[in-house]
Amino acid sequence: MTTAMRSKARPRTGVDWFLTFLRVLLTGLVLFGLLAFLWQQIDPDNPLASAINPDANRLSWDAFQGLVISGLSQGAMYGLIALGYSMVYGVLGFINFAHGEVFMVGAMTGMITSNKLFEAGVWEDNFLLAILIAVLVSVICSTVTAVVTERIAYRPLRGSPRLIPLITSIGVSFFIQNTSAVLLGPGAKSYPRLPDWLRDDIGIGPFDIEGKKLLVLVVAGVSMGALWYLVERTKTGKAMRAVAEDKEIASLMGIDVDRTIVTTFAVGGAMAGVAGILWGILFGSVTEFTGFLPGIKAFSAAVVGGIGNLGGAMAGGLTLGSSESLAPQLVLEPLGVTGHTQLKDAVAFLVLIFVLLVKPTGLFGERLSAEDRA
Amino acid sequence: MSEAVASPTPLLEFRGINTHYGAVHILKDVDLAIYPGELVCLLGGNASGKSTTLKTLLGMVTPTTGEVVLDGEVVNDKPTSYRVERGVTMVPENRRLFKRLTVKENLELGAYLRNDDGVESDLERIYEMFPRVKERLNQKSGTLSGGEQQMVAVGRALMANPRVLLMDEPSMGLAPALVQTNFELIQQIHEEGVAIFMVEQNANMALSIADRGWVLQTGRVVLDDSAEALLANPELRASYLGDGNR
Repeated sequence: MTTAMRSKARPRTGVDWFLTFLRVLLTGLVLFGLLAFLWQQIDPDNPLASAINPDANRLSWDAFQGLVISGLSQGAMYGLIALGYSMVYGVLGFINFAHGEVFMVGAMTGMITSNKLFEAGVWEDNFLLAILIAVLVSVICSTVTAVVTERIAYRPLRGSPRLIPLITSIGVSFFIQNTSAVLLGPGAKSYPRLPDWLRDDIGIGPFDIEGKKLLVLVVAGVSMGALWYLVERTKTGKAMRAVAEDKEIASLMGIDVDRTIVTTFAVGGAMAGVAGILWGILFGSVTEFTGFLPGIKAFSAAVVGGIGNLGGAMAGGLTLGSSESLAPQLVLEPLGVTGHTQLKDAVAFLVLIFVLLVKPTGLFGERLSAEDRA
Repeated sequence: MSEAVASPTPLLEFRGINTHYGAVHILKDVDLAIYPGELVCLLGGNASGKSTTLKTLLGMVTPTTGEVVLDGEVVNDKPTSYRVERGVTMVPENRRLFKRLTVKENLELGAYLRNDDGVESDLERIYEMFPRVKERLNQKSGTLSGGEQQMVAVGRALMANPRVLLMDEPSMGLAPALVQTNFELIQQIHEEGVAIFMVEQNANMALSIADRGWVLQTGRVVLDDSAEALLANPELRASYLGDGNR
């Protein structure tokens, strides 16, 4: 729609042709890769495969299923973080780059709590209780971090051009990273070993899902459900959506705009805290830089889904997580790309570029009106 | 015309209000008083300070000197929500609905500060007043036509159970056929006992239903009289009422 409207308004320039070329090229590569993959599944010794990917092998059902599940569980985590980016963007119109660090604070405090619980023996005796306590502590710490950040760093900048809080958020991000390094020492810190039943596969119908990934999916699903309920069905949520749309009129309704903004940061922080614990469960260790890459990817997920749209943030997270996990095997390997397993991160950002090329507003985004554009 | 009984204490009052945006002096020594149950209007050209007057009444702009008085209490440093809670509500210019929220949610937000159990029956009252609104309750309000949006905007303000309704350019952006209906609606609300303070460009229409009016010129009140007297004022006729070369 966008391209059609634009081309009506002015003649196509070289840039437009270049963008069209990129769109066609990327779509073509993805389709070609997928077709090559399918052919390889049918006959690993087909002439195309022998030409570009001599080591071609069939991907087993088990391996495929494993990729889907890890993609979804990691995507759910991205989705949880992406919610925070999206909500703050919706309400204040800037990207809070320190949100990745709020997530890291969740992972760090989760690490400390779970290690203490491990020493006390609770972790092994009653894992569910332990993880519940750890989630609570993480959520509280992340929420406090997000709210304090808003109070100290962003509120004094309310009303200034939105580039200014954005740059500030990068500063806040460095500050939190370094605070963590000073307080806890630099380097990786491990979570205690997960109980055996979480490391085994759990069969659900035709699927075998590794216990911890199932746990991640369940916790993420419950958190997203709670958030959806809060935003769509409660008075607070209605106030949040009203403030996101028009602060002046929201205050005319008697809504306390400042308090609503704090609530938004708090809820986003809580989601990041949950994601932090899930990171610990999935990967078992955390450093002070843990927030950076997942933060950037979650931001990409928010953009892929359509920034400002909560359903979009979740969908964007799942899309990004699944592509990241599936594309190396399904598209890159059949194309004969070497070192495809190392290219997860590149895939994530290629997905972002692809979505922006094809649908600049994101999967579920609305067109921004001129006044909303930064 | 003035069936409203002017009680001794004004509902809402300006006492010697001066406001500034930075170095720019907007309102200059403005005195206003709105009594319970009145229908009054504020006339004035562009940049005469009409919007600032409304924003000051609601506490979105703080005056540099002077007092904003609500029910005899100085409310200069009280937030907007304090005034909304005490019955001061505005229908903003161009309606400004929450376009991405449903019609019902818009109406409910009007009653955001209310905790009494009259909310449900007030919703019913709005549906009765605007049957078209009831048909579209679960639609996003941005999809409504201009006239329907005006109904929702008025309904949203009424949901706050106001004692005084501030209306910023209520006929702006409405199809000419709807302007008349809109004024009838304003009169109907007024007859239910709600005081109305209307800021309007359409001076003829506004004065024909109002009890009293003020004329604001570059931030100063230059005329303050009954609606009949204003309608008859030759100066005003020349500049606002479309006589002469307008």
